[in-house]
Amino acid sequence: MELAFSIFFQVLVDGIVLGFMYALIALGYTMVYGVLEFINFAHSEIFVIGAFVGAEMLLMFEATGALAVLHPALVLLLVLLTGMALSGLAAMGLERIAYRPLRGAPRLVPLISAIGASFFLQDFIRLIESLWRNAFYLTYPTLPVLEKSLKLGAAVEVPLKSILVIATALVMLLGLYLFVNRTKVGIAIRAVAQDPDTASLMGIHVNRIIALTFFVGGAMGGVAGVLFGLQYSLISPYSGFVPGLKAFTAAVLGGIGNIPGAVLGGMVLGLMEAFAASYLSLITNGAFGAEYKDVFAFAVLILILIFRPKGLLGEKVREEGA
Amino acid sequence: MLKVQGLHVYYDAIRALKGLSFSVAQGEIVTLLGANGAGKTTTLKTISGLLRPRGGSITLAGQALEGVEPHEIVRLGVAHVPEGRKIFSRLTVLENLKIGAYTRAAGSVGEDLEIVFSLFSRLKERRRQIAGTLSGGEQQMLAIGRALMARPKLLLLDEPSMGLAPIIVEQIFATIQAINREGVTILLVEQNAAIALAISQRGYVLETGTVILEGEASALTHNDLVRQAYLGG
Ligand SMILES: Nc1ncnc2c1ncn2[C@@H]1O[C@H](COP(=O)(O)OP(=O)(O)OP(=O)(O)O)[C@@H](O)[C@H]1O
Ligand SMILES: [Mg+2]
Repeated sequence: MELAFSIFFQVLVDGIVLGFMYALIALGYTMVYGVLEFINFAHSEIFVIGAFVGAEMLLMFEATGALAVLHPALVLLLVLLTGMALSGLAAMGLERIAYRPLRGAPRLVPLISAIGASFFLQDFIRLIESLWRNAFYLTYPTLPVLEKSLKLGAAVEVPLKSILVIATALVMLLGLYLFVNRTKVGIAIRAVAQDPDTASLMGIHVNRIIALTFFVGGAMGGVAGVLFGLQYSLISPYSGFVPGLKAFTAAVLGGIGNIPGAVLGGMVLGLMEAFAASYLSLITNGAFGAEYKDVFAFAVLILILIFRPKGLLGEKVREEGA
Repeated sequence: MLKVQGLHVYYDAIRALKGLSFSVAQGEIVTLLGANGAGKTTTLKTISGLLRPRGGSITLAGQALEGVEPHEIVRLGVAHVPEGRKIFSRLTVLENLKIGAYTRAAGSVGEDLEIVFSLFSRLKERRRQIAGTLSGGEQQMLAIGRALMARPKLLLLDEPSMGLAPIIVEQIFATIQAINREGVTILLVEQNAAIALAISQRGYVLETGTVILEGEASALTHNDLVRQAYLGG
């Protein structure tokens, strides 16, 4: 019984960690969809850029001996902030170069541009890393602090890595909530999402707000990238594909364009995946093992979308005739 | 203060305005009348920068407006209340008003809010409500209030009476007059010619993108063509 509970608790923590990771990435898809009604398929590479920036910084700190000297909290803060900023800037650059010139073109055109940008960025990261390190698979240096666990009672313990992911995600989500709901620019983002023409009549520089939205969504993805590296250690230019696809799914599940929806969708998907991985074999008497976790998670997802086609918190994104 | 000369506007190949000219003097209320599709909305959208003219000129107090971006035109003192109100229905009433003050310094917003609330006390009661849940009349009040938050010199109003009960229309037009008395110049587009001409100094009648008749509001009210077409005989 004790053992069963400790496993349950661990699975719960894993699910929450995964859920927050998906949620942070999903925000980038959903915010951009909100203002442009367009899926930025290269967002998974923006996430990977964050992961690589984090790895490169930590490797540099390690090589120069700074890792041993600096306070780990400072190291983490620096790495997270830099990953965030560079991913945000990359997303802004992507919008400027690959999407803005195609504004007003038929809907499929920017979508194809996004898919192209996604491939381009993967290979670009691979090229840079191959030239620079002669390898494009990187391993995050271990931070000894993060290898510890927090003991909660006799049987349950939570790895500090998981606590880092959860705490960082909560801070980011709270920050985003306050930004979008309490600041003038945040309200402007929501106004542009509803009706860009009317927003421009309010004096809002719509293109600037769109660029800012890419920056904020990209920054969320960058943080997720660094956290991903810290949590799972091995990264490659192609690491974004699966998390990106799942985060996109989470965004659709929550209702694309809806910010709280992205968080809810990420959490639902993360928890389903973690529980399916641990309990599927038990429930089905061994007929389906952990490798069916995605099948299970996506089956539930399809069911939800059949009954709620606009997602859990979905609503019409843009006003009729706007 | 506003001078429109020989304006030509197209939607791709469709010609919507064909050499339209008119003017609005400081402090006036001027009405544009016209049947459906005459080009009234197109005219307002071109003034506020949403549409680019292919020919002609628009000047505001001597400054050219053609080719200026809409978000810049607001800063020059033009606020546009669009056809169908176009409030941000998922934002609260207060957020709609705050976004109307986007170009203003944070310090003056509180004072401007009080002015809008004194004109439309219903908005004050409902300030925390999601704007999409307001009644049609309240939404029109919000759309006008939102435009006033920009402290415009020139207010463009596109069919403020659309879809509203006569009693609400009267209230709204009384408020428009009150706004005008505070020194805001008004360019009004209306289907409801009787009430529009009643509060205006001058008017223009548009047909297929050009002015076919213009004059003092009182003269237009008695004009046979206007009576037949817009005042029901
Ligand atoms: N987005 C558009 N695309 C193509 N043509 C348009 C568009 N908007 C308006 N038009 C055309 O331009 C002309 C003028 O339209 P506009 O909306 O300015 O008329 P209006 O006088 O405001 O009419 P209403 O009283 O019905 O609002 C019409 O012939 C209309 O069909
Ligand atoms: Mg119209």
